[in-house]
Amino acid sequence: MKKFTVAILVNNQFGVLNRVTSMFRRRQFNITSLTVSETESDAFSRITVQSEGDEVKKEQLINQLYKLPDVFSIAELDALDTVNRELLLIKVRNDPEVRGDIRSASDAYEGKVVDYTKDSMIIQMVGDSRKIDNFIDLMRDFDILEICRTGLVSLQRGSTTIRRVTNL
Amino acid sequence: MKLSGSDIIVRTLIEQGVQVVFGYPGGQVINIYDSLYKYRDELKHVLTAHEQGATHAADGYARASGQVGVVIATSGPGATNLVTGIATAYLDSVPMVAITGNVPNSTIGTDGFQEIDITGITLPITKHNYFVGDIADLADTIRDAFRLAKSGRPGPVLIDVPKDVQVAQWEFTPQPEPVPADLTAPAKEIRIQQAAACINSAQRPFLYFGGGLITSDAQDELLQMAETIDAPIGCSLMGISGIPTDYPRFLGMQGMHGHYACSMAMHHADVIIAMGARFNDRVTGDRGKFATGARIVHIDIDGAELGKTVAPTHGLRGDVKKTLQKLLPLLKPASHPEWQAQIARLQEEEAAGLDSREGMTPRNVIGMLNGFLKENTPVATDVGQHQMWAAQYLNLKTCRRFLSSGGLGTMGFGMGAAIGAAMATGERTVLITGDGSFGMNLNELATAVANRIPLVILLLNNGVLGMVRQWQTLFFDKHYSNTNLSDRQTDFVKLAQAFGAQASRALTPEELKGALEAAFACDGPYLIDCAIDKDEFVLPMLPPGGSMDDIIVRIGD
Repeated sequence: MKKFTVAILVNNQFGVLNRVTSMFRRRQFNITSLTVSETESDAFSRITVQSEGDEVKKEQLINQLYKLPDVFSIAELDALDTVNRELLLIKVRNDPEVRGDIRSASDAYEGKVVDYTKDSMIIQMVGDSRKIDNFIDLMRDFDILEICRTGLVSLQRGSTTIRRVTNL
Repeated sequence: MKLSGSDIIVRTLIEQGVQVVFGYPGGQVINIYDSLYKYRDELKHVLTAHEQGATHAADGYARASGQVGVVIATSGPGATNLVTGIATAYLDSVPMVAITGNVPNSTIGTDGFQEIDITGITLPITKHNYFVGDIADLADTIRDAFRLAKSGRPGPVLIDVPKDVQVAQWEFTPQPEPVPADLTAPAKEIRIQQAAACINSAQRPFLYFGGGLITSDAQDELLQMAETIDAPIGCSLMGISGIPTDYPRFLGMQGMHGHYACSMAMHHADVIIAMGARFNDRVTGDRGKFATGARIVHIDIDGAELGKTVAPTHGLRGDVKKTLQKLLPLLKPASHPEWQAQIARLQEEEAAGLDSREGMTPRNVIGMLNGFLKENTPVATDVGQHQMWAAQYLNLKTCRRFLSSGGLGTMGFGMGAAIGAAMATGERTVLITGDGSFGMNLNELATAVANRIPLVILLLNNGVLGMVRQWQTLFFDKHYSNTNLSDRQTDFVKLAQAFGAQASRALTPEELKGALEAAFACDGPYLIDCAIDKDEFVLPMLPPGGSMDDIIVRIGD
């Protein structure tokens, strides 16, 4: 199914994330990635959400979002015009036989070793979702102990901002 | 001036133009009730038998008046008892403000006595809700709730106020005027022009409206359009009373139990202009087979309704009245004699298929009631067969005089709704109910008696849960699982009398006539226990998930 990403500027108050995700649940919109963060303004939080479905489903999702009084504006993020990043932390077993292979894979992906013990190491990596997926695939040849990734953060390229692309 | 939180609540309600609130006291709203006592000359409170009845009454008040209905309940069970009533209002887009008390801020989150997370519970059934943890926000939150409840597509808003906020003192600055509703701009000119071109090209136009037409007060524009483009008119259940039922172009209700000519005309139309209606499954049947030959112009104030279930050719987001005012000058006068002849044939077929039996048939019972209705009489219903018979056979002249739970289909809605409508209009009000639905909230007879509500309760008593039984007859091999009520042996006449209401039984048309005469002369509630056969059907019937080609007009077809 086709994936799409929208950024939602919402009132920065407790319970707002619950209102947004409650609507997703009730109308059966699947969330494949969700990130919530503070923004340039104290008044707003930014929710970046990736979902999947056809054009009708996407429009319905955006229209339903606009009905929530806490939603201030919404930007549909086109993959080509957007900088998309995820942060990955991956912990793998540190075994003398493979540590060289792990490090060279990490170097090739511009990863950084941020924790190193005799049993394990944590590699940090920033990139778009595909790069992160590929690196995780590569690590499956080794012994993965734990994975944590942030989900998407996305900004439109150029001077366009979320507040200027909406009809509000 | 410094006021307590509970005084601020009541003063703000008065400021917003509220004249009547419905509710039930309890531990965490006792301060609000003290303020209601203090301001009792300015704001009337109606005590119901149960909080659910209070929400339905606030809902009925709002439907009949167009004003925001207000309900107050205590925390915990008081709040949870509001849920069905709030959901009913939400599904039918009725403006409502519900105020609940809660345990003090210091106790919130500790599972205190009668503490419940009512904002969490009502999240998916309100337009919005608020937990007011700080008295500084109280007055403006209430104002905001009123603005939201009546703006755009109306709906219920809940405000949860912990006890310490009701007790605390804060500076109150009155607002001279109630907050206005937000204005919604009509769609862009070019889109209205495109829709007009589509309508002008129609050979078989069909006008279809729902409750949004009533909310928008767009009857005149609708009728003007019908005359200009020579189109028949149909409506959804929620649209009933939007225009007089005897208007010549009006074919009645469309949908699962809609009028035959109306459903077939919509099925055969080449352009459907839908206004303030949302094409739910009871209207479309099998969506893939719904009006496949038609282009659809869909006007709705809620943009999310455009394309939610049926993809419109032209979706126009905006207030129905304002959109029609822009659309009308662009429409060319037309006449469609062939289409009108086809409609006339459908109406003849419908008339030929009407139930012509004598005696206590649903059509005859509602027909006799029609003779007693005044132009302004509000008629509420409960949910089930009687509701559909009411929708099919009632003659209504005035807008906002048919009150029925369309979206949620809430059995037990009627008693509260009728009381609310009577309070809002000052008119003698009719409730058409069934023995199943009436059993759900009959405790509100106490409210009707206490307030001397002139209320005619026409109880169509067939001793069964008729609508479910009808499905069991048609689709479940007559397995009448748990739909037989005759073992209950409830004597509804004695029951009503025990509540202090008047009542009589009608087994024949003569008895019904006498009972209606007595009921319409009574200055309080009057129940008529009206016997009908348990095997009466609501027809026509579009089988669930079927298309108009599958419509059942007569049993045995």
